[in-house]
Amino acid sequence: MATQALFGQLLIGLINGAFYAMLSLGLSVIFGLLNIINFAHGAQYMMGAFVAYFLLSLTGLGYWWSLLLAPIVVGLFGIALERTMLKRLYHLDHLYGLLLTFGLALIIQGVFRNEFGSSGLPYAIPAQLTGGYNLGFMFLPAYRAWVVVFSLGVCLATWWVIERTKLGSYLRAATENPTLVRAFGINVPRMITLTYGFGVGLAGLAGVLAAPIYQVNPLMGADLIIVVFAVVVIGGMGSIMGSIVTGFALGVVEGFTKVFYPEASNTVIFVIMALVLLVRPTGLFGRAS
Amino acid sequence: MATVKEYAGAAPAAVASAVPRHQIVAFLAMLGILLVAPFFVYPVFLMKALCFALFACAFNLLIGYVGLLSFGHAAFLGSAGYVSAHAAKVWGLPPEAAILLGTAAAAVLGLVIGALAIRSRGIYFANITLAFAQMVFFSSIQAKFTGGEDGIQAVPRGTLLGVLDLRQPYTMYFVVLAIFLGGFLVVYRAIHSPFGQVLKAIRESEPRAISLGYRAEHYKLLAFVLSATLSGLAGGTKALVFQLASLTDVHWTMSGEVVLMTLLGGLGTVFGPVVGAFIMITLEHSLAQIGSWLTIVQGAIFVVCVLTFRRGVVGELARILRKPL
Repeated sequence: MATQALFGQLLIGLINGAFYAMLSLGLSVIFGLLNIINFAHGAQYMMGAFVAYFLLSLTGLGYWWSLLLAPIVVGLFGIALERTMLKRLYHLDHLYGLLLTFGLALIIQGVFRNEFGSSGLPYAIPAQLTGGYNLGFMFLPAYRAWVVVFSLGVCLATWWVIERTKLGSYLRAATENPTLVRAFGINVPRMITLTYGFGVGLAGLAGVLAAPIYQVNPLMGADLIIVVFAVVVIGGMGSIMGSIVTGFALGVVEGFTKVFYPEASNTVIFVIMALVLLVRPTGLFGRAS
Repeated sequence: MATVKEYAGAAPAAVASAVPRHQIVAFLAMLGILLVAPFFVYPVFLMKALCFALFACAFNLLIGYVGLLSFGHAAFLGSAGYVSAHAAKVWGLPPEAAILLGTAAAAVLGLVIGALAIRSRGIYFANITLAFAQMVFFSSIQAKFTGGEDGIQAVPRGTLLGVLDLRQPYTMYFVVLAIFLGGFLVVYRAIHSPFGQVLKAIRESEPRAISLGYRAEHYKLLAFVLSATLSGLAGGTKALVFQLASLTDVHWTMSGEVVLMTLLGGLGTVFGPVVGAFIMITLEHSLAQIGSWLTIVQGAIFVVCVLTFRRGVVGELARILRKPL
């Protein structure tokens, strides 16, 4: 086994893991408070990439601006969805939230595919991050290193805000018992809206990060999101740290599988999911409900 | 918290020893339409709709009567299609054996996936079934016998029981109709049997059903396997009708489609899935010209149904007539 190939796949695994982590983190945050699985997450991730593409092609704003603006745009879109549609479903079975967001994902992906086909549009790596480092045992492209470091930072910052700040404590309290938290005078519906916006914004951010690596493609999130669902099940739904750790870890596992047993690389995550379910039905980091 | 059942049309309140008359009337009306339809409408279109109607009825057994939303039913439809197609084409088995083999394969797959998934509920269940179905999808891409992207093509329809030549469109149609009716009646019988009553009790309150001495897990698993088996029956039949088994039938969009058909027709209604399947297949045919618009329309129907039309077509009809349909 050439170490070059091994480390190459490890890096690809880390990159994929970074996206798994960011997306499953967003899903977990949303799930924790809203109790819905946001099926439109993959479509919103794709929208992030497209916003970056439009910012560049229409206004000339580059990658760094996109990194800031695209999550806001996509997050606002999410807030609009929550205000107009999702909030009507909170009194119903949570499955309706899943069905609604599934429908929204179909619409969003359908519209983008109508407009842009399914071939994908190129998005250049920002000038500051072109090139790479020769580490001796492998070549490390600068942009890929940046994606891993940056997304890890975003994930840990999110964890810190939710687990260690006052705002986060409100959020966790509202997850436990929204009625009681409201009785304390905290505007829970607004918190729900902003939480959904934040989770969706994270998906948009992941989309911007992905744009230079994969092409900007209307269906880039369609299959990815299902793998992320499996990641969420393995990590334990609603667990913040669980999503981050399992996201990265499963990306790496997938990368190694590509080296040692490529036939199973697409299914390894689902096999792990089955095994985890046998041993711990609530997921690795999930609490017993 | 309100649950699916309150929007699932008017479910029969009590076990009726006799089938209510309006349901017999509705069934006879459906039967009459399906008997004369092939002389007015392209039979292949009808056969496609019937296969999907059976698929949706099987799916509805879970969501409508056990309250479990499976987002991975394509796995059963598709894998049964592959097995039936392989049996008919490569092993040269007669159609009845091919379909039965496909159905059995779906039943076994349903037992395996069900045993793992049934321990969870609600969104978790949906997520887990979806993930398993995706696993089946990727295995189908890689397995040799499925033919990868090409699928299994030119599957011979053969001669049923050595008598009925299925290459004749009308013969094939009436065989498919018989299979559909058989499956439909099995579902109807299951729902209205004591078994079905226990399922509904579990849907209403699982702890209460358990405290009454019912082994809820067994009942749920049995319902899951039954649903998977009938989905497999639909898949095996569909493979022979189109003489093709392909990746489309195992892809997760197919799982979404059956959810949509059932939701549109009416969750937890007897005739809803059939109506929903016919509407969606008609829509697909009429929108086939404009390609990817279909996805948008499907998504829009999802959104409208969830926001304002949760009872579905048959559910609304049942509410107006004040009779369970």
